[in-house]
Amino acid sequence: MITAERKPFDEILDLVAGKKKILVAGCDTCVAVCLTGGEKEAEILASELRMKAQADGREVEIEHTAAIRQCEWEYLDMIAEKVEAADVVLSMACGIGIQSMAEKFAPKLVMPAVNTNMLGMPQEHAVWLERCVACGDCRIGLTGGICPVVRCSKSLMNGPCGGSHDGLCEVTTPEKEEIECAWHLIWDRLKAQGREELMLELRPPKDWSKSSSGGPRKMVREEAKPV
Amino acid sequence: MAEPDAVVVETTGSEGAEAVAAEASPKPVDPDFEPEIIVFACHYCAYAAADLAGSMRLQYPSNIRMIKLPCTGKLEVIHLLRAIEAGADGVYAAGCLEGECHYLKGNLWARQRIGQVKRLLAEVGLEPERVEMYNMSSAQGAEFARVATEFTDRIKQLGPNPLRRHGVSPHAAAREAAGDVAMPEEAPAGASAPAPDAASATTEKGPAE
Repeated sequence: MITAERKPFDEILDLVAGKKKILVAGCDTCVAVCLTGGEKEAEILASELRMKAQADGREVEIEHTAAIRQCEWEYLDMIAEKVEAADVVLSMACGIGIQSMAEKFAPKLVMPAVNTNMLGMPQEHAVWLERCVACGDCRIGLTGGICPVVRCSKSLMNGPCGGSHDGLCEVTTPEKEEIECAWHLIWDRLKAQGREELMLELRPPKDWSKSSSGGPRKMVREEAKPV
Repeated sequence: MAEPDAVVVETTGSEGAEAVAAEASPKPVDPDFEPEIIVFACHYCAYAAADLAGSMRLQYPSNIRMIKLPCTGKLEVIHLLRAIEAGADGVYAAGCLEGECHYLKGNLWARQRIGQVKRLLAEVGLEPERVEMYNMSSAQGAEFARVATEFTDRIKQLGPNPLRRHGVSPHAAAREAAGDVAMPEEAPAGASAPAPDAASATTEKGPAE
C-alpha cells in the first residue's frame, strides 16, 4: 500500500498561517490503514490545530472530514461543500489524493499535511517496509520474488556487490538499522527454489524510461473505457 | 508514524509525579484554583477501586470527574484531546495493573495512547504532564484515593489549562467524545453502593447525557 508520515506540526502551521477557515481532510484508504491520514488522524490534527489557535488567541475555524478515497473524483464530490467553504484544505491523503483534490477544486489552496514516503508492506502491526518503487519494468520473476531495485541499496541488476557481508549490506552502519543484502536473499530464495542458475545470467541494463525517469507516466485501458 | 522514543510516560510513583510538577511549574500555586480533572476509569478495576475508596470512607479531592469504560483499551487519543480542548485541567486513565487486564492488553494500549497524547500536547505547547496513565486493582481503594490526590496536586502546581472557557464543560465534552465507548454511570450490578462522600465525586451526571 501507499504509506505516508505526518509532517511536523510546525511545518503544518506554516502551511496554513493566516488562514481563517481550515478543513483537515483525511483519506480513508491507504493512509488510514497506515494510521497516518484517515478520519481519526484528521480529527486529531484538527483538534491540535484548534488547541494551538486557542492558546495563541487566534480565531480560526477548523473542521475535519474524510473522503473514502481522495484520488477519485466521485468521492471528492461527497466532500465538495466543505472544501468550497474552507480557505485552505490540509489534505492528509497521499500525494495522489492531495493533487486530485488540488486539481478538482482549483484554484482552492490545498496543502499537504503528510509526506508520502513509499509503497510499503505491513511487516507487523505499525511497521511498514518498502517493497516496490513502481519502476514500470518488474523483474522479480527472475529474482525469486525479491526486488533488487528497491531492496538493494545500489539497485544492482547483477548482484551481489563486494559490500555484501554475512547477509548484510555495507550501507548498514552501527547507527543505522541493519539492511539485509537483497542479493544474498535472492540467492537463498533461488537456491530453495532450485533455480540457482538464474544467478549466472547476465542482465542487461534496465530500461529506466519506464520508470518516473521517463517523464510522467500514463496508463490507458481502451477496453475498459466507457462506451 | 509514532516515534517510539519521544516521551516516556510517567509511572505511578508519587516521587516521579512530584518531580514533574515541581520542574514544570516554578510559579506559585493559586490557593483558589480548583482544577477539573477527567478520569477515564476501567469498569473492572479503577471504577471498583473508587467504590471501595468510598466504602472505606477515604478522602480524596472532589475535583475528579469519572467516565467509566469497559476497559482503558477503548480509550482513544481523540477522547483525551477533546477533554483538554474543552478546558479540562488534567486527564488521566486508570486501568488494571499491568498483566492483569481483563482483556489482556487494553491497559498497555492505553499507556501507549497516553504517551501519544503527551507528544501531541507538547507539539501544541501545552504541558504533557496534564495527562497520565495509572494502574490499580479493584482491591486498591487507598491507591485510588492516593492517585486522585497526587494528580490533583500536580495539576494545582501546573495551574489552569489555558484553553479553559466559560460555559464549556470539559466533562460533558469528554463524555460526548467517548460516547460510543463509555458505560452508564450507575454502579455495576453486584458492586457495593458507593458511600455518599464518594458518590459526590464519582457519579456526576454529565450535561451530554
